[in-house]
Amino acid sequence: MIITSFALVGLVFVPIGLASLSASEQVVEIVDRYDIDCIPEQFQNERLAYIQNSETNKTCTRNLIVPRKMNSPVYVYYQLDNFYQNHRRYVKSRSDKQLRSKAYEQVTDNCKPEDKANGLAIVPCGLIAWSLFNDTYKFSLDSKVLEVNKKNIAWKSDQDHKFGSDVYPKNFQSGALIGGAKLNASIPLSEQEDLIVWMRTAALPTFRKLYGKIEVDLELNDKITVVIQNNYNTYGFGGKKKLVLSTTTWIGGKNDFLGVAYLTVGGMCLFLAICFVLLYVFKPRTLGDPSYLSWNRNAAGHPS
Amino acid sequence: MAHDGPPPSPLLPEPPIRPNPAARSTRVDRISFAVDTPVPRRGSRADSDRLAASQKELSDDDARLVYINDPVRTNERFEFAGNSIRTAKYSILTFLPRNLFEQFHRVAYVYFLVIAILNQLPQLAVFGRGASVLPLAFVLLVTAVKDAYEDWRRHRSDRNENGRTASVLAAGGRQFQPMRWKDIRVGEIIKIAANETIPCDMVLLSTSDSTGVAYVQTINLDGESNLKTRYAKQETLSKSVDKEGFAGLIRCERPNRNIYGFHANMEIDRKKVSLGPSNIVLRGCELKNTAWAVGVVVYAGRETKVMLNSSGAPSKRSRLETHMNRETLLLSGLLLALCLVVCVLAGIWLGNHKDDLDYSPYFRKRNFSSDDEKDYNYYGIGMQIFFTFLMSVIVFQIMIPISLYISMELVRLGQAYFMTRDASLYDEASNSRFQCRALNINEDLGQIKYIFSDKTGTLTENKMEFQCASIQGVDYSGGKASSPRDWEAYSVVGNQFWRPKLLVKTDPELVRLLRSGGESRERMHAREFFLALAACNTIVPLTVGTPDPKQKLIDYQGESPDEVALVYAAAAYGFVLVERTSGHIVIDVLGERLRFDVLGLHEFDSDRKRMSVIIGCPDKRVKLFVKGADSSMFGVIDRSINLDIIRATETHLHAYSSLGLRTLVIGMRELSSAEFNDWQSAYEKASTALMGRGSLLRAVAANVECNLHVLGASGIEDKLQRGVPEAIESLRQAGIKVWVLTGDKQETAISIGYSCKLLTSEMTQIIINNHSKDSCRKSLEDAIAMTNKLAAISPGAQNTLTGTGSQRVPLALIIDGTSLVYILETELEEELFKAATVCDVVLCCRVAPLQKAGIVALIKNRTDDMTLAIGDGANDVSMIQMADVGVGISGQEGRQAVMASDFAMGQFRFLVPLLLVHGHWNYQRMAYMILYNFYRNAVFVFMLFWYVLYTAFSLTTAITEWSSVLYSVIYTALPTIVVGILDKDLSRKTLLKYPQLYGSGQREERYNLKLFILTMMDTVWQSLAIFFIPFLAYRHSTIDGSSLGDLWTLAVVILVNIHLAMDVFRWNWITHASIWGCIVATAICVIIIDSIPVLPGYWAIYDVMGTGLFWLLLLGIAVAGMVPRFAMKAFTEYFFPSDIQIAREQEKFGNLDEAAASEIPMSTFSQPHQGCQNYKILFDPESSRKTLTTGFVQRFVESYMGFSLEMAYQRVLLACGLLSDLTKLLKERLYFAHLV
Repeated sequence: MIITSFALVGLVFVPIGLASLSASEQVVEIVDRYDIDCIPEQFQNERLAYIQNSETNKTCTRNLIVPRKMNSPVYVYYQLDNFYQNHRRYVKSRSDKQLRSKAYEQVTDNCKPEDKANGLAIVPCGLIAWSLFNDTYKFSLDSKVLEVNKKNIAWKSDQDHKFGSDVYPKNFQSGALIGGAKLNASIPLSEQEDLIVWMRTAALPTFRKLYGKIEVDLELNDKITVVIQNNYNTYGFGGKKKLVLSTTTWIGGKNDFLGVAYLTVGGMCLFLAICFVLLYVFKPRTLGDPSYLSWNRNAAGHPS
Repeated sequence: MAHDGPPPSPLLPEPPIRPNPAARSTRVDRISFAVDTPVPRRGSRADSDRLAASQKELSDDDARLVYINDPVRTNERFEFAGNSIRTAKYSILTFLPRNLFEQFHRVAYVYFLVIAILNQLPQLAVFGRGASVLPLAFVLLVTAVKDAYEDWRRHRSDRNENGRTASVLAAGGRQFQPMRWKDIRVGEIIKIAANETIPCDMVLLSTSDSTGVAYVQTINLDGESNLKTRYAKQETLSKSVDKEGFAGLIRCERPNRNIYGFHANMEIDRKKVSLGPSNIVLRGCELKNTAWAVGVVVYAGRETKVMLNSSGAPSKRSRLETHMNRETLLLSGLLLALCLVVCVLAGIWLGNHKDDLDYSPYFRKRNFSSDDEKDYNYYGIGMQIFFTFLMSVIVFQIMIPISLYISMELVRLGQAYFMTRDASLYDEASNSRFQCRALNINEDLGQIKYIFSDKTGTLTENKMEFQCASIQGVDYSGGKASSPRDWEAYSVVGNQFWRPKLLVKTDPELVRLLRSGGESRERMHAREFFLALAACNTIVPLTVGTPDPKQKLIDYQGESPDEVALVYAAAAYGFVLVERTSGHIVIDVLGERLRFDVLGLHEFDSDRKRMSVIIGCPDKRVKLFVKGADSSMFGVIDRSINLDIIRATETHLHAYSSLGLRTLVIGMRELSSAEFNDWQSAYEKASTALMGRGSLLRAVAANVECNLHVLGASGIEDKLQRGVPEAIESLRQAGIKVWVLTGDKQETAISIGYSCKLLTSEMTQIIINNHSKDSCRKSLEDAIAMTNKLAAISPGAQNTLTGTGSQRVPLALIIDGTSLVYILETELEEELFKAATVCDVVLCCRVAPLQKAGIVALIKNRTDDMTLAIGDGANDVSMIQMADVGVGISGQEGRQAVMASDFAMGQFRFLVPLLLVHGHWNYQRMAYMILYNFYRNAVFVFMLFWYVLYTAFSLTTAITEWSSVLYSVIYTALPTIVVGILDKDLSRKTLLKYPQLYGSGQREERYNLKLFILTMMDTVWQSLAIFFIPFLAYRHSTIDGSSLGDLWTLAVVILVNIHLAMDVFRWNWITHASIWGCIVATAICVIIIDSIPVLPGYWAIYDVMGTGLFWLLLLGIAVAGMVPRFAMKAFTEYFFPSDIQIAREQEKFGNLDEAAASEIPMSTFSQPHQGCQNYKILFDPESSRKTLTTGFVQRFVESYMGFSLEMAYQRVLLACGLLSDLTKLLKERLYFAHLV
């Protein structure tokens, strides 16, 4: 019974592991860290000043080689490292009521310290919205513009129910300190997909957010040029910025861990099954044999 | 009352009620012991004061003055309590504050509250306000609703009780009018009709009987069903209350809880009359066999004795719970450590980032919206660390499993339900079910190492049977059952035959002697002997009709079974007691009805150990009959005459007690008229004395009880209860030491010891029987030396108790009460302990109640072993309360023992199923449940902790606050309760077959520090699996906090429930439903929470459930988390199997029908059971098949649901039955709580 269950688990897990490993193998992923390289040489020692200065030109061009054929859609992510989007102060600094309906525009209690500016309520309020990511990417392949589709990058449920179509940005990024992207005040929040994506706060301090989708296949050795507006300040807290292009399969993005884990667990179960088989063979015991009972084995019984 | 005391205790029912300060200082007598023991339990000083009051003589200051028939004047100076009673605790107004106050007596709730309050501070608000208060509010609400319901029931019963009516003499008027109980006041005169309940404590004034006798049944008071006689005083008898009115003054002691004591006097017609306990009838009693009785109210309402005696069930704490507290402390330490780690790391992180924090997008220390740009919500690193610490306490609070306390209570209630329902604990003879009076020590039953048993009524039936007599030095013990024909010769009244209800064996030779004509000396003596048996008692003969109009049965009612046995014996030999009034008795002596005047009666007390009556015979001679214990009787017997007879009698006594008989010596003396007159004046003076009446009466008795000549001795057999030897054998095999503590003589005790297989012939007996401290010391030292010597001969002998074949000579220690006086509470205790613990059997004889408690304490204080005391009488109360577990036998001797006990049952042999089966199950389940609860909460806390490490130590939880709060309340609570109630590691049959399996509880195999640590290690591993598998899989992905949180929530709930499922021994549909139901319920809750748009995690679960990764991760977590545990379990079970494991395998592979039995969830239904026959019919597949539709539906259900329609139907019925039984049990408990 024990052997069967171990063997069974092993036999189920090993194929799953192999399948997910191969799925992970199929994923083509290009990761490009640009936060350091996108700062001109002369500013390398004062990155913070460079990024905070609104006058400097923050355009930066990166070239990416496609290592394997990437089938469309190719997802474009930005990855932030060391950005604690799950920090207690941060996750709580939002007003879901305000986001949802115009009637609650003034509900900004949870949004401190980014609740009001110039005495008026900020819409959308809170640190999360305030720190909206504002780097932009423009892709071109062989000097032909690669369209990035930025529609439907947010959850539909969020657009439909969480972010109101009658709520428009108001008084946003008008405080003393500008945190990130500005929002077009004429577009309702439900259409501001970058904001919606951003506001679904990440679980872990290193995370990716969907930027858009490239809806053409990319061929092997294609040379993609990305023009980055490097606006977002991760230098203040030692964060990293990465641009990620990736395809997906049924297990999501590139993820060797799952396969390895399944193989390990499955292998261990098989190993245990074999161990038990060996032990049963070399050290058999009749199940339910009363002569094994402690008081039968040893007249003195258990030491009391 | 206990008749276990000195063997010839039988005599008077009411033990020493008379106060006797001198006697009290030296020993505690039976009754007062029984009465004052409850005091410490209530712990109120007022009670002990009240009690003390009954011991003192009445002085005017503390007397209560009752003006008969003048309630106005009576209540003028002091307002005495009215007769309305109030058992309800709360009123509508006081309910909330009082109930909350009582609930917060629990430390756990205070912890809860403190956490909730902390959470209300804005800086610390980890959870939303609602979520943090919810669990506490929920628990408080549930308890409050339960309390409110109980209280409402009490209110209702109070109302009923207060609204009953009684006929009361209108103040100053001449007529009895109905009045509600609550309006009755002290001083009023009340008339009670037959079979009515008495509304308050009252002094009898007159009754329908011309001699003023009234019979009452006190079953509600002390559980004794026999009738007790109460008398109205001669002085008040003649007065016709409703014609001439009544005036008088009663001066009585203050209200006290001694139901066997009353001390007062009455001034009537300028005459002072003393009143005693036989003149008062108490609230709650019923008037029987008496057409009416009139009395004056002296105590009413809450001052009545029955109300003063109501005390709650004993509160004890189980061993497991005590140990659990140790682990709880460890967990608190762990909690503290986690919090410290978090706050230290947070401090380091803040220190490292202190320059970034002002502008850092996720921290933003600086607040720009205020003009002065102050820090927002930041108080410096020190404070920040402190806040982090408090917040981490809030987040990790469930490390201390508070819900465990509630679960444990529910589990115990469920276990109690099954114990109560168990057919094998049901006593058909007395129709008594098992009672669980203490709900919090169920699991202690599985860890008992010592049983201290009373003998009489516990090992024996306490149904006395007259066996043999020694008259004038001649032994008559050739008894044979007499045939009914023998009766025709006697007791003819008109044309009716009266015969005693019970037949007793008679000795033909003795019968012949009695019937023979002539006036031989032997015949004279034999006549006197039986006359003494028939007269020297307090038995009341009741005549009962039979279907045959020519025949009537005489039923002897008395409080002492020994006395009843003697009177039946006398009747069998032709001395039939047919009538008793307060002034005379009528005895049918060999067909001739004779009337004897009862001139005086000295009641039994435990100092004199004898009783006596003074009888005026029809031939005008005055005779004194005395009966009592041999020890006390031989002191007052005139040894100058007939020394041979005395010697012969002593020899016979010795022989009788060696047979295990209870012996009594009967003596008599004829009083000359001068002696009689002396006695009479002294007796009258003493019985009307206001001061020191008790001791005066005793002195009078001692004066007259002297120079007796011995008539003979009697031997009464007290039969062993059914199954006692087998039970003792089983218990011994289970490794439990059985000690017998009895008040009987040494010889009697030893012979009973043999007959119940406690002692065997190959045992070496060590007898300690000394009269001084030095000799005690010497005997003990010898005993220890002897045991050492024996142990040296056979090595490894220490453990023979548990083993089957003992390798050394088994030892028995027999010690008597006199020696114990010199040993207990002196430095010799230690020696006794050493000697006693190496002996296999310990028998203590002639021990007083307090000594019984002392012996229990001897073991309890020196070892960690669990002790159980079992007894049936008031003399066992002290040891029952002293022992860890007290079991009361609801037998012949009233309910004192039961009232003091934790568990009550009908027979000694029930101990075997109680301990070996239920005790084992309870312990095993409770132990598992505690460990499991620690585990399930810790795994959650660790999971939170790992996440905290990745949130810059800011204590964010990915899991929604509602899930955190509901986790221990809804997500995982039910299965552990169900398993705690229903799971059984082994079947009843196996447990009874191998008593040795009980050892697992004694060795604390199921719950100990090692297991706790192993569990915690497993916990850490599982939490790592739960946390890191998704963490690593989702690293560098777009996963949002809510989705991952939902995954973790589901993963932890699934893992925790699979963990439980893996450890379930016996599956039944309830277990299935609760375990899988809980997982489903969690999923539903998560889905509901994620369907609320204003919560940040809106729709997360739907989104994440749509990915294959999610399901793969759940599967992976479940397997990876379980593998080490499963492998460990499989490995140890196969290669280092415990006894339980082997026995289980045997059940599984060796006996197929046992395995089938496990399909049925409840033991009660698998056992043949009288009370369960209805169920059996319902569950009989044959009969239910007929009533059920067959065909398509059935086939459908069978094929798709895996079980047959019948089974489904049965299960529904089972659930209904369960529910109704559970409500019944609850009701009973509530009623009980109300009564007690």
